[in-house]
Amino acid sequence: MAVTLFLPTVLAKLADGREIESTGDTVGAVVADVATRYPNLAPRLRDEAGQPYPFVTFYLNDEDIRFNGGFDAKVSDGDELTVVPAIAGG
Amino acid sequence: MATATAPLATQLEELSSDEILRYSRHLILPEVALEGQQRLKASRVLLIGAGGLGSPLALYLAAAGVGTIGLVDFDVVDVTNLQRQIVHGSKDVGRPKLESARDRLKDLNPHVHVEGFETRLTSENALEIVRDFDIVIDGTDNFATRYLTNDACVILGKPNVYGSIYRFEGQSSVFATEEGPCYRCLYPEPPPPGLVPSCAEGGVLGVLPGLVGTIQATEGIKLLLGIGEPLIGRLLLIDALTMQFRAMKLRKNPNCPACGTREIRELIDYDQFCGIGGDPLQDPNGIPELTPAELAAKQQRQDDFDLIDVREPHEWAIAKIPGARLVPLSAFTDSLHQFDSARDIVVHCKMGGRSAKAVRQLQAAGFKKVWNLAGGILRWSDDVDPKVPKY
Repeated sequence: MAVTLFLPTVLAKLADGREIESTGDTVGAVVADVATRYPNLAPRLRDEAGQPYPFVTFYLNDEDIRFNGGFDAKVSDGDELTVVPAIAGG
Repeated sequence: MATATAPLATQLEELSSDEILRYSRHLILPEVALEGQQRLKASRVLLIGAGGLGSPLALYLAAAGVGTIGLVDFDVVDVTNLQRQIVHGSKDVGRPKLESARDRLKDLNPHVHVEGFETRLTSENALEIVRDFDIVIDGTDNFATRYLTNDACVILGKPNVYGSIYRFEGQSSVFATEEGPCYRCLYPEPPPPGLVPSCAEGGVLGVLPGLVGTIQATEGIKLLLGIGEPLIGRLLLIDALTMQFRAMKLRKNPNCPACGTREIRELIDYDQFCGIGGDPLQDPNGIPELTPAELAAKQQRQDDFDLIDVREPHEWAIAKIPGARLVPLSAFTDSLHQFDSARDIVVHCKMGGRSAKAVRQLQAAGFKKVWNLAGGILRWSDDVDPKVPKY
């Protein structure tokens, strides 16, 4: 499945830009693919065990993946995966 | 939906002729009208923080005629605040933010009552402060206070209008309503300290808190009036660079310890929850430190050592310490082979946070003679060389 991963500006410098084209059957597979291609970005997306952090939310289209199986959530062709890390500035 | 404050229309205080004239553009809006304006006058809104988000929030809520605005802030106005904290002015530099904001709000709208709390919001005082308000607006600048604000709002059943910003991006939502999710449903735990730089370290576009703060003010007023569709169960993502606004779905997590299982019945130690053990710069897990005065003495003695600046090139262009070599933290791992472990190495950044990470990386790579410059180039400017500009 071809999926587009969207990064916030702050993480975009660790990859080639804000949009990354990737493939995989699940969110976890897409994240693993991106993590392999961009090793500096990898620790910002998931922990050493390959699991999601509680302070980085992934949206598959506009749904929080936590409510659809987390990294096991199935993806479809053309899906958009958006990474939203916690920020605290005010 | 129900309004956040629901006194009967007959119990609402009447508006004076002055107020009727002042709020005329509201009064002719059928969605606000006389009763809505009276409702705003009767309402009490608590702003956590009188900084970047708090500035437009306080200004617009005061202008709109919110009767009582509570402000929690213990900071003083610094000249670097003025690029975005528009409630304060140049004449206010050095004054407590509460005093400065109060004067500006009183000038803007003398009908508004400003209640100041010149304190840090803590687990000890939060419930007492929040209890007396109808809604809370979170404009703070750190994770610990955000979790504290969230939990206090969930425990007391007060809607929490959330906003946060970083560089060019912002987030907003409405948490802790009876039916909606809370901040912990979105982020169950904070990132470890140091992972997400503060605006002081990473920068923020000055107009961004204006964008996000006015969204929060809009949501606050909608809640008070009981109109429209508030951002309950939605996370609004704001990207100033692409000027795209996206609303993601937010669900209430049934296992959320705050609003789901309600395990959290009283406030906890939020510094501990956020992994802050005292001042991270003072005790960064045994990282050796050097003060700017000690570094200056080392330079005067012409000691043989390397001074490494781990800031970014655009910061290097603003100010530098003589004798330093630039190796940005973003490229630090790839540059470790350049360093000589036989030599003393002093590492610095703007305030000491990033350089502490660099020292840790060097230690992990086996370097023994490594020091972090306490307080970074800002303290160097204070203690040693005021000609080095602060930013």
